[in-house]
Amino acid sequence: MSAYIHEFVFGIYPYVCAAVFLVGSLIRFDREQYTWRSGSSQLLRKRQLRWGSNLFHVGILFLFFGHTVGMLTPHFAYEWLISSGAKQLLAMVSGGIAGVLCFVGLTMLLHRRLADPRIRATSSRMDIAILAILWVQLVLGLITIPFSGQHLDGSTMVKLAEWAQHIVTLRPGAADLVADVAPVFKLHMALGMTIFLIFPFGRLVHVWSAPIGYIFRPYQVVRRRGSGRAVGARG
Amino acid sequence: MSHFLDRLMFFRKNVDSFAGDHGVVTNEDRTWEDAYRNRWAHDRIVRSTHGANCTGSCSWKIYVKGGIVTWETQQTDYPRTRPDLPNHEPRGCSRGASYSWYLYSANRVKYPMVRGRLLRLWRAAKAEHKDPVKAWKSIVEDPQKAQEYKSIRGRGGFVRVGWDEANEIVAAANVHTVKAHGPDRVIGFSPIPAMSMVSYAAGSRYLSLIGGVCMSFYDWYCDLPPSSPQTWGEQTDVPESADWYNSTFIMMWGSNVPQTRTPDAHFMTEVRYKGAKTVTVTPDYSEASKFADLWLAPKQGTDAALAMAMGHVILKEFHLAGRSPYFENYCRQYTDMPMLVRLVERDGRYVPDRLVRAADFEGALGETNNPDWKTVAVDQASGKVVVPRGSVGFRWGEQGKWNLEPKAADGSEIKTRLTLIDARDAVLPVAFPYFGGLRHEHFASTGHDDVLLRNVPARRVKLKDGEAMVATVFDLFVANYGVDRGLGGGNVAASFDDDVPYTPAWQEKITGVSRDKVIAVARDFADNAAKTQGKSMVILGAAVNHWYHGDMIYRGIINLLVMCGCVGQSGGGWSHYVGQEKLRPQTGWLPLAFALDWNRPPRQMNSTSFFYAHTSQWRHEKLGVAEILSPLADRKAMEGSLIDFNVRAERMGWLPSAPQLGTNPLAVAREAAAAGKEPVPHAVAALKSGALKMACEDPDNPANFPRNLFVWRSNLLGSSGKGHEYFLKYLLGAQHGVQGKDLGAEGGSKPQEVIWRERSAEGKLDLLVTLDFRMSTTCMYSDVVLPTATWYEKHDLNTSDMHPFIHPLSAAVDPAWQARSDWEIFKGIARKFSEVCVGHLGVEKDLVLTPIQHDTPAELAQPYQPKDWKKGECEPVPGKTMPAMAVVERDYPNTYRKFTALGPLMARLGNGGKGISWNTDAEIKALAELNHVVAEEGVAKGLPRIATDIEAAEVILMLAPETNGHVAVKAWEALEKQTGREHAHLADTREDEKLRFRDLQAQPRKIISSPTWSGIESEHVSYNAGYTNVHELIPWRTLTGRQQLYQDHPWMIAFGEALCVYRPPIDTKACGPMLGKRGNGNPELVLNFITPHQKWGIHSTYTDNLMMLTLSRGGPIVWLSEVDAKKAGIEDNDWIEAFNVNGALVARAVVSQRVPQGMVLMYHAQEKIVNVPGSEITQARGGIHNSVTRACPKPTHMIGGYAQQSYGFNYHGTIGTNRDEFVIVRKMANVDWLDRSAPAAAAAAAAAAE
Repeated sequence: MSAYIHEFVFGIYPYVCAAVFLVGSLIRFDREQYTWRSGSSQLLRKRQLRWGSNLFHVGILFLFFGHTVGMLTPHFAYEWLISSGAKQLLAMVSGGIAGVLCFVGLTMLLHRRLADPRIRATSSRMDIAILAILWVQLVLGLITIPFSGQHLDGSTMVKLAEWAQHIVTLRPGAADLVADVAPVFKLHMALGMTIFLIFPFGRLVHVWSAPIGYIFRPYQVVRRRGSGRAVGARG
Repeated sequence: MSHFLDRLMFFRKNVDSFAGDHGVVTNEDRTWEDAYRNRWAHDRIVRSTHGANCTGSCSWKIYVKGGIVTWETQQTDYPRTRPDLPNHEPRGCSRGASYSWYLYSANRVKYPMVRGRLLRLWRAAKAEHKDPVKAWKSIVEDPQKAQEYKSIRGRGGFVRVGWDEANEIVAAANVHTVKAHGPDRVIGFSPIPAMSMVSYAAGSRYLSLIGGVCMSFYDWYCDLPPSSPQTWGEQTDVPESADWYNSTFIMMWGSNVPQTRTPDAHFMTEVRYKGAKTVTVTPDYSEASKFADLWLAPKQGTDAALAMAMGHVILKEFHLAGRSPYFENYCRQYTDMPMLVRLVERDGRYVPDRLVRAADFEGALGETNNPDWKTVAVDQASGKVVVPRGSVGFRWGEQGKWNLEPKAADGSEIKTRLTLIDARDAVLPVAFPYFGGLRHEHFASTGHDDVLLRNVPARRVKLKDGEAMVATVFDLFVANYGVDRGLGGGNVAASFDDDVPYTPAWQEKITGVSRDKVIAVARDFADNAAKTQGKSMVILGAAVNHWYHGDMIYRGIINLLVMCGCVGQSGGGWSHYVGQEKLRPQTGWLPLAFALDWNRPPRQMNSTSFFYAHTSQWRHEKLGVAEILSPLADRKAMEGSLIDFNVRAERMGWLPSAPQLGTNPLAVAREAAAAGKEPVPHAVAALKSGALKMACEDPDNPANFPRNLFVWRSNLLGSSGKGHEYFLKYLLGAQHGVQGKDLGAEGGSKPQEVIWRERSAEGKLDLLVTLDFRMSTTCMYSDVVLPTATWYEKHDLNTSDMHPFIHPLSAAVDPAWQARSDWEIFKGIARKFSEVCVGHLGVEKDLVLTPIQHDTPAELAQPYQPKDWKKGECEPVPGKTMPAMAVVERDYPNTYRKFTALGPLMARLGNGGKGISWNTDAEIKALAELNHVVAEEGVAKGLPRIATDIEAAEVILMLAPETNGHVAVKAWEALEKQTGREHAHLADTREDEKLRFRDLQAQPRKIISSPTWSGIESEHVSYNAGYTNVHELIPWRTLTGRQQLYQDHPWMIAFGEALCVYRPPIDTKACGPMLGKRGNGNPELVLNFITPHQKWGIHSTYTDNLMMLTLSRGGPIVWLSEVDAKKAGIEDNDWIEAFNVNGALVARAVVSQRVPQGMVLMYHAQEKIVNVPGSEITQARGGIHNSVTRACPKPTHMIGGYAQQSYGFNYHGTIGTNRDEFVIVRKMANVDWLDRSAPAAAAAAAAAAE
């Protein structure tokens, strides 16, 4: 039974989550344009937001890209540069620092959301749930650091990366690769996939719309009349 | 197609660039822009307005989208004015723009609601008695049951019911009350018909059909300045705001134009650009002061001293110096100044008595018609005493001589003498009362004697009863101002610097305004008027009228205007702006509103006297009549308390009564029939013998309680109810905050004319029904709340003093939820009443009492000393020495049929108003064609139908001269008979115009000139009051037929107000018993309680509107000065409490430099249902501004049967003043929001009381 559950969580569940994440985001973007937003509460209260939000975002962005690069870069692509052990140590130290920043920021945001009556009153259940899940996930991630410290050879890291690469490249047998990693890694992975699962249903969708284009666009944008579909009464 | 796919055009997105690649042209999707277009898209725009009694009467565009009212914007399509005059548009303010919020707000009353406890009792009673009337009787006649639902009033607990059940409760209560106690125990309060005429008429028509009482409002709101009927015989008539633009010198005296006349204020700005000089007079730095070239800040309540000093300057420098022939001619032709006053010798000095009449002379100077009512003057050429035309005696009983031509009764040309100084027989020491020496804790007094002797030129005339000394009003008037005319004697000032009443130096100590400014303003004002022939204007308002002696402030200002010939001149005159009084199509509306088409007369009551009696405020009266009598009065003859004077006034036919007799008037008529007598002689005999009593003599007798009260278009308890806590205690029997004890417990002197009952009556009212669209404070205290249509959900008519247009309220959407228009609601109640009354009431005879009415021949009732039949001083003669009596047939089961058809009396008796009448056959025929006739068998068959609100509006428009040119011409022709002059030219040009309801929906329309009003509509002048008096020589409707500055009724003389004097505010004695007795540890300050109109609401409307709450502080506020705040340890936004023996209120403090030391300023009518915590004093929730006030009537306002001082509904009567009140202010120690269930709160209150 537990073997089946393991197979489900690490072999099938990733695809369920990925499907919901992609298809859900697409449907939401098409059908609910007005809900496609970060839902900032800055207008209601600035307190705790500047530090909380910036620390959180700096930390989480580093962690996100760290995980992406670290997990999805094939072993052969970097072994000429850095050994697995050294890479693991690099991940532990840099990820640990980013994790602490993120932890401070996220804790402030969560506290603000729960304790400030104005913010609390205007929060949806999903707003609170997302912060809470991210916080738990972050704590789990931080807990993995001492576990990683018990085997500095990078073998577990490689297993996890292999698993991730198997998943994204649609190769079978991915679940078996992580059968013997410590439970805390499994919990962290399962919850991480769940975050993708709920992604289209809350404010996380703003991740898709990070306004990076603003940095590069010309100063003035003229949108041509009559382009695309018919434009209102005066089109 | 897909937002996502649209984003996948990365390579085709940018199609061009410009400005060296600093700009990019893209072809990305633009459909999101439609959201902004749709935000302002709408299905239709409907014209409507707001009935908030703001006088704005602004036409608005109401936008509807998907069946929902979305927002409103100002209409801009008013008819153009003439060249050289700015247009009226746009009109509107932020308050009106927030109105649509109400429609779908949580505050909206959505369903008929009944107090839960009452409904439980009702359903149980209905299960027991099938007959609803018996069911109601079983509840209200069981003291325990009655107490059960009355005591919980104001504490929530409403439940939803259907219309049928709600109507049944109301109808059953009405039928029971009519049957058991009398129709005059069913009362209705609704104000300001001009703001929604049809809605007003709906309730008043129902009440008038069943014999109920409609209550006045203008006097109760204290918007009525009694000085207006006294001086002009006119309720109030004022220039439209566009006429400001024709002025060249404007004083804003206690009127905050930009804040309270927001849509009109642009004319003020514009006329300043044109070069007019502006002066504001207001104790606080109000918004109006930004318009001012000069701001005068007299201490609050002392404005009369300022006005008198200005008058002193003008009389001396213009009239006595002979500087302006215009002033002199104006005063001679248009004022009572040339009229003769008899001087009576008393204790070696002379006292001015009444105006001399033709009847005083042997042979009455040849006058046979009403010689008692014709005043006399001296002709300059012949030196003889003559009877100038135009006095009230010429108005009735003869035709063609009631005009202001300079002619004597016999047609000879005359030029009357203003002064006898060059034709005097003697110089006499005449005594004038002086009140400025009275001591008052908070107002300065001067050291002068209470009687000032001044020398007056007099002449000896031979009268029937011997030789007598007489003086002209002008000579007395000048002497009263203390101007030295070189006649010797004391108490006159040769210099403005003399400390003699009423010099500029004298007023400094009282008002705090420097003499230089007073002199400069007075000179400029008069100089401007002299040069422009009267284009000096004073805009004044409630602020100065709300003082107990506001008459004196008003008359002081009126004197300035009259002296300078400003009244009746375009760009000049008396611009008194208060409520939205100008019901322009009044004479068309009256028959509809008071069911004059079915029976006459209706029952009407002056509210101040009514509420004073029935909320038992008289039981707490602390103002003795002796305190306000003239030092020259015969005190023995004027004994008694204030309510005694009111009872005497009712008995002598001066003021109306409600209830009227101590017995059911239906029963009186039945008794008479049983005895085989006519009801009227029977009642007169019974009153004389004492077998029948007037109800006013025993207000605490359950037989005389008002039993049912309808409130619609009003927030009586949350806004206008002076003595709010007395209402709660005595009228409603609910939780209250009255702190003082009554005269019984205090051991005060009891009234003489009223039966004193040791046990006060509480919970007099059996049923309080309120119609509203929002859950107001009044609704909270009601037993039945009926959801009415908002101003965007019904058809109605609206007019204002401020502009000459009539325009509609229109139903942009149907009433939401279960709301209905007022017309439909009262129609429904009338229908139910007609059903339920069967078996209890049939065709009944009702004995109706009416006071002696102004503008009728009866106003010539009591020319000399008043006589009380009750004391055997005269015989009781209805309509002469006592109220008029009439028997009215009430066909109760046909109430609904009568309600919905225009009755037969219009064709039989015609229509009219203000003393003239005309035939209406043509209009009735036109209405029958327009509205169609009733086809149903019964009393209404064949009569024009009035089933809907639009049909009701058409009745008004068809019958009124202002909206039907044919009627206007008829009305002017009727007046021509009285004046003997040609007037119809004023309406000839518009004779064929007939305004219909749909015309008004298309565009506001200018009304047609009519003799109902003293101004005209023309292409050449703006509407200005008194214009036709001055330019058409139509007399004012006063005793002398002129602007009357000398008030000679014996009571006016007794109270020292024959001529205008300065009187300090009265001492209400409301703080002494509380000061320092209920300490909470914070310092207490005693401050004058001033309640002006506000910025974020119109009365209580909008004070519960989220948008306006957001713009203000979101709840009740009280402004106080920085100095007082510091003394009391109060910081801005602290919670404070203001209290006295009348009750308590809580609010946040606004500490501001705007407010002078010694007073607090609380914008009146901030609802106590929003953000109001509990009071530390009463332990009950907050209180409203009226929680610390108590009404206090003034005997001079009760005078009747005396030409212009005769009763008219909303024309004359006691007024509800409240500015003289003081409160104790302190910071709250404990802000308790009372967030507990009712029983717990009640227990806490009880504990606190012990």
